[in-house]
Amino acid sequence: MINFGYSINKPRVIDIDRNNLHKSNEILREMPELQTCIGCGSCTATCTAGNLTEFNFRKVHTLVRRGEYQGAYEEMNKCMLCGKCRLVCPRGINTRGVVMLIKRKLGDF
Amino acid sequence: MKHVIVIGGGIAGMQCAAELARGGVRVTILEKQSDTGGKLRNWHKLFPSLTPAEEVLGGLNHALKRSSEIEVRTGCEAAGVTPQRVTLATGEELECDAVVVATGFTLFDARIKEEYGYGIYDNVITSADLEQMFNSGTVSMAGGGVPRRIAFLHCVGSRDEKVCQRHCSKVCCVTGVKQAMEMKELFPSADIFNFYMDIRMFGPGYEEMYREAQQRCNIHFVRGRISEVSPMIDGRLQIKAEDTLTGRPLKIGVDMLVLLIGMRANDMNTVLEERCGLKRQPSGFMQPRDQFLHNTESNVPGIFYAGAVTAPKSVGESLNEGTAAARGVLDYLAAGEGSNKLTVAG
Repeated sequence: MINFGYSINKPRVIDIDRNNLHKSNEILREMPELQTCIGCGSCTATCTAGNLTEFNFRKVHTLVRRGEYQGAYEEMNKCMLCGKCRLVCPRGINTRGVVMLIKRKLGDF
Repeated sequence: MKHVIVIGGGIAGMQCAAELARGGVRVTILEKQSDTGGKLRNWHKLFPSLTPAEEVLGGLNHALKRSSEIEVRTGCEAAGVTPQRVTLATGEELECDAVVVATGFTLFDARIKEEYGYGIYDNVITSADLEQMFNSGTVSMAGGGVPRRIAFLHCVGSRDEKVCQRHCSKVCCVTGVKQAMEMKELFPSADIFNFYMDIRMFGPGYEEMYREAQQRCNIHFVRGRISEVSPMIDGRLQIKAEDTLTGRPLKIGVDMLVLLIGMRANDMNTVLEERCGLKRQPSGFMQPRDQFLHNTESNVPGIFYAGAVTAPKSVGESLNEGTAAARGVLDYLAAGEGSNKLTVAG
């Protein structure tokens, strides 16, 4: 077959209908406070890892909540568990706990 | 003649007193400061029309002076309230037929959010400080210089679990937009950045004002809460936030940072709850009898609410509540009179 150099991209869309929200629901059941996130970005602003790498705690946990688990475990491994994010979170979310929980639940993704 | 005590001589209390006097009732206003006007005395211009606060206060003061049935007692703090009697902090007792609690709110003390550096760095000020600067006619940096870059931070002491203020203070968003525009007018070459989490433009003309700030005044809106402020080597302030719309951490050096402080419930509200049997909401603000049909009545018949004592409110809303509470009081007094007559006839 002649290769014309065209291909079909994997869609970028977050397809909630296709995503399996089972793990995400499990995470939110264990830590319902995560649902109170207002996306202010304070956590990422203080994050030492986020200042040096692509790590963005707010983005990763939001993706996890949408059922986008791919790479979440590896991303959370960038966290140094310093807890500065927890100090600034206006919703009082135990952000460090969220990191540990996501790692525990999504280790096999 | 029936006698009503209005606790608090802010705008809601003043409006309520004027309406009550018009309804043929003798009114005593208890004000703890040296003059009536409450928080509005320290405000310069009001959103979204930029009406001078003085104009509103002038109208209210004029209405108070016009009536001979209104007595204003300044330097007076209430310590206990029942529908028939108000006890002052001095121990003096005042008899009455109904009470309106219009004690308003307390401004959030920005020093509590230490990471923003209020009271630590000279050029971190609050929205209330800025209004006073506008009033005094000189807006400048601590050393007297002209700020070239100014940042505003929304939600200071609002929506913040860490300082036990979970509620939204409602008016800071539009105040931030208003003050940013006023600063742009004063310093046209300055760059202005507003850091916000949500922009809540709930009132008529507010959204239009926001749009004007963006389009005409070129004010930059960055969606992210500032996490910390630190001094730079040249004495300016470095701000850190996440630019959440790009998903990357952001830092910026500014000459001046304005904190849009929220409204919190008065400490006195706990006294009202514990000693006077009045209900409080989880936010600390007083609880009206219900949110819709009786929102200026308390759970105790004969004690009414007006203004920001029940929740953060705008100037217009507080004034409306002053009128509504007066209407409620007049109905209450009339009903009482009716039952008295019945007893006499019986």
